[in-house]
Parts: sequence; C-alpha cells; structure tokens
Amino acid sequence: MDFALLTLGDTGWGDELLRGLVTTVALAVLSYLLGIVLGLIGAFGKLSGRRGIRLLAEGYTTVVRGIPTLVLVFIIFFGLEAAIGSALDAFGYTGQVFLDAFTMGVIAIGLLSGAYSTEAIRGALVAIPAGQIEAARAFGMPPRLIFRRITLPLLLRIALPSLGNVWQLTLKDTSLISVMGLTDLMRQAFVAGNSTREPFTFFLAAALLYLVVSAVTNRLFDVAERRFSRGVRRA
Amino acid sequence: MTASPVALAAKPDSALRAENVHKRFGSLEVLKGVSLTARQGDVISMIGSSGSGKSTFLRCINLLETPDQGTIWVNGEEIRMVTNRAGVNRPADRRQVDRLRATLGMVFQSFNLWSHMTVLENVIEAPVHVLNENKAEATDRGMALLEKVGIADKRDHYPAHLSGGQQQRAAIARALAMRPKVMLFDEPTSALDPELVGEVLRVIRQLADEGNTMLLVTHEMGFAREVSTRVLFLHRGQIEEQGTPAQVFDDPRSERCRQFLTTNY
Repeated sequence: MDFALLTLGDTGWGDELLRGLVTTVALAVLSYLLGIVLGLIGAFGKLSGRRGIRLLAEGYTTVVRGIPTLVLVFIIFFGLEAAIGSALDAFGYTGQVFLDAFTMGVIAIGLLSGAYSTEAIRGALVAIPAGQIEAARAFGMPPRLIFRRITLPLLLRIALPSLGNVWQLTLKDTSLISVMGLTDLMRQAFVAGNSTREPFTFFLAAALLYLVVSAVTNRLFDVAERRFSRGVRRA
Repeated sequence: MTASPVALAAKPDSALRAENVHKRFGSLEVLKGVSLTARQGDVISMIGSSGSGKSTFLRCINLLETPDQGTIWVNGEEIRMVTNRAGVNRPADRRQVDRLRATLGMVFQSFNLWSHMTVLENVIEAPVHVLNENKAEATDRGMALLEKVGIADKRDHYPAHLSGGQQQRAAIARALAMRPKVMLFDEPTSALDPELVGEVLRVIRQLADEGNTMLLVTHEMGFAREVSTRVLFLHRGQIEEQGTPAQVFDDPRSERCRQFLTTNY
C-alpha cells in the first residue's frame, strides 16, 4: 500500500476523497431528513381511520422495502424525469425537466429511508400510553400542541434507537448513488482506484471514512437518546 | 328532573349540568339517559358496581367520550353537538370543547402524569401552554400547589420515580393549577396500594372542605359518605338512587342500592 496516494494536494487523492465524503454526508443527511418527514406521514397514514390512506401507506412501505435498493435507484433515475415531464405536459409546460444526480439521489434514498422510518415511528406511536394523550386532551390542549409537547417527545424517546439504525442504513445506502455518476465518497474511491491501479488502498480508505462518520454520528444518537430518556426508570 | 333545558340553563349557579346522556360501545348500552346538576360547592360522589357506567359518565362530561345523545352545560354554557350523516354525534366546535375542558380539572385513576416531564413541569405545562400564563408566575403557583399536596420536595423528580400516592397528589396539583371551576375525579385511589390511599383522600377531603365543586367516582364508600353533599348510585347506566349521604347510605329506597351497599360498605 502506498500512503502517498492518500495525501492532499496534486499528487495524492486525499482531497478528492474528502470532497466525496462531504457529498456523501450531505446526501445522507438530506435523505434521512426527507425520510423522517415521509416516515411521520407514513406512520400516521398507517394508523389512519381511513382505509384508502392506510392502504396507500401500506403500499409505500411494501413496495420500497420489497425491491432491491439498486433497482429502486434505477427506477427513480430513469423514471422520475419522464414522469415529472409528462405530468408537466398535462399542464401545458413543454420544456425539458432536468434533475441532477444529487437531487435524484436524495429522492431515491429518502424514499427508502422513509419506508424504514415509517415502521420505526409507527411502532413508537402505538407504544405511547393512551393516558398520556388523554390527559393532554382533558386539559384543553389542541391537537397541534399535544403533538408538539406530548406526542413528539414520547415518540422520540421510543423511536430513537430504531431511527439510529435507519440513519446507519441510510448512510451506507448512499453509496449506491455512485453508480449514477454522483461523485460521492464511493465514486471517488472507485475512480482513484482505477487510475492508480490500487483499488484496495482506496476502498480501504473509503471504508474507514464511512466508519468514522457512522461512529461519530452513533455517539450523537446516544446523546440524543439519553436526552429524551429522562424520566425513564432503569430497571 | 324533567324540566326543560331552557329553564335549566337559566339557572346561573349550576357549575355543571348533564341532561339525558346516552352512550353505547358497540352493542353495549353503557349510559341510558343520565342527568345531573352540580351547583357551586357541590361535592357529588358517584358509586356503583364496575360497569355501571359511572366512569363513562364522568368522561362524557369533558367529552373524553362523546355522548351519543344528551346535552352538557359547563358553567352554564352548552357544549354544541352536531350529528353527521352516519348518525354519529360529535362536537360542533373543537375549540369550544378545548376551552371548556380547560375549566374542568381531571384526575385519572392511573394518574397519567406526563412521563417525560418532572413533577413541576407537569404542573405548569397546561397553565403555560393552554392558558398562556407567564412561566415564572405559573412556577410560583405550581410550587404553592405542590406544597399544598405535600410533595414540594419532589418538584424535580420524574413521575416514574414517585410512589403511586405521590403521583396522584402531583396529578391533583396539576389539575388545580388550571384554576378549574369543577374538579373531576375518576376513581382516584383505585390504582393505589392500600397504605397509600389515605394520603390522597386527605388531599381530596381538604379540597372539599375548601368549597371546591367536585364530581367524584369512587369505591371508597366511607369517604364518599363523609365528604359528599350528594351521592348518586348508578346501576346499568341509570341513576338508581340519589340523595344526601344519609339518605343513600342509611335509608336507600332501591333494593339494588341496598344490596350494593351490603356487599361494598
């Protein structure tokens, strides 16, 4: 292994890898946040009193979790622009629709992340004791206040461990977007490995960088978990 | 008890009034037309066997359960209901319900303190966020109430670290913090270990002595007799017997009430 290949600057690939890492983290964070939003919608959808909404949410998680991630990525990349294009055609807009690889990556990985978040959040919603919400209603709290002050903190307490897992999956799944040409960490490692004929060095470096990010963020989730577990009695 | 609603609503001193409340769960008719009037300072206890509908009736008053039929007035204001096309009764105005609920202090059998908040945070939560009270003032009042129920030293504890009796006293302080017009107690001591019942009953007795208007569902017959101005005996969703504690406990007219008291008192 030639560590000179990993230095920053003109001769080494270190700076390219770090730029790729920034793209990877940005993609992962945005996808994860989109996933949380979709997860909240999906979870309330699954618990909705209306059958149509329930089926829609059920269909979303079944389809997205049921097909290989790579297939989902391809479907989004090759299908989404065309779908948006024809939708806009219907409104009389005839221009070209162009979404860059990063945006489509966020959509694809966000959809996937959202399906996993849906399950985590749904489980947590069901686990909140009914009396907690009932007490809030009895004191005249309107629904949005109840959600913000009671439901959300209790939900986070219960769901954070699972949502931490979802984050790890999301971070790792971003590497699949590299096949669509997004210059993330995975893509940079691939390119560097090819041009130097030292693929092992660069994939090892990439592996370590992924590991560092996931270890650091894991710590953040631990801190958040402790923050939201205040008041829980430890046996 | 068949006076017209107009005449009833005209009496300004009724803190609480329910007229002909019906409620069914599926095929089970839990309430078959229950009516009640509570004036300022009344302490009304509802007794009866499990399944007689007394808790359901209490929960209908602040609309935690939606009555299928009947009318409820809180502080003389009628809770407006509408019936949708499927024949289901529901409140016409959610905000009116929230506003009136804020004037009714509810104490639950299972305490239902918010588990992610300390005792003091529980007490000031609704005053600050529902009544928009200043946080410092709410805190001062909250501390005074915790003092009153005897758990000021537990202010920074989370509910999970308190005994049942302490939790229920905190829940009473939380309800009082809203300066309620009427206090609703739903079997407040039924989930407590026997040795903890006394400390909660002492607090409720004090509130009764101070002239608070209270509605109390309870299995503590001796207590109901001592603190109540009026006692209702519910049987299968109807008021079978009512009167002063002396009338109901010493000289019940209804045979069922007599039987119930023989086995429970």
